[in-house]
Amino acid sequence: MCKNDERDSLLKKISVLDFIAVDLNLFLDTHPDDEEVIERYNNIIQEADSLRYEFEEMYGPLCSFRSMSPENEFKWINCPWPWQKAFNFNVKECCK
Amino acid sequence: MWIYEKKLEFPVKIKQTNPGLAKIIISQYGGPNGELGAALRYLSQRFTMVTPQAKAVLNDIGTEELAHLEMIGSIVHQLSDDADPEEIKKHGFDSYYVDHGIGIYPASAAGVPFTAAYLQSTGDPRTDLYENMAADENNV
Repeated sequence: MCKNDERDSLLKKISVLDFIAVDLNLFLDTHPDDEEVIERYNNIIQEADSLRYEFEEMYGPLCSFRSMSPENEFKWINCPWPWQKAFNFNVKECCK
Repeated sequence: MWIYEKKLEFPVKIKQTNPGLAKIIISQYGGPNGELGAALRYLSQRFTMVTPQAKAVLNDIGTEELAHLEMIGSIVHQLSDDADPEEIKKHGFDSYYVDHGIGIYPASAAGVPFTAAYLQSTGDPRTDLYENMAADENNV
């Protein structure tokens, strides 16, 4: 459909995993002994970490002062930024 | 400290400019029951929580509220940034526009600037948690 399809697809996968991770994090804050959820949490974190690495290699840093930069260009400042339409994927249409 | 991640917690991709809607939604940014108040409420109250669970919950929910703040700001930005003067006037965005243009300013829909009077932090964990129940009841 467009040149950003692969990038959007990867971003969507990361976003889905992170969304789950945030909620599992909050659940574990009040249920710190739930081993089953801890295992799910760890699996999600691991999967998201590896996708995050893949995304950053191809499309630039996701985190300020935690992500390495390519040596020839500080890609962190590249547009678009998350508050811009162009940054975001379409939830319904993107990468079913 | 905080680490910024260059993405939204949930994507915002608005198709249709709508300054009238932006004028309402800005309240969720800096209004009495908005995300800014929620973030400051939890992140301020966490210092005097006494159980590990309560400290963690307020720390982590306060952090998530900042991500919500960013999503709401993005919604208002995308609803209003390419509105033309006629649309702005027709949809009642002019009273906001006269002071803030297409900038994102923490205020309620009625134009009241954000104030810390929207939240409380008493140093007493029980009182604060009751305050949170009252606040979040309005946030659903």
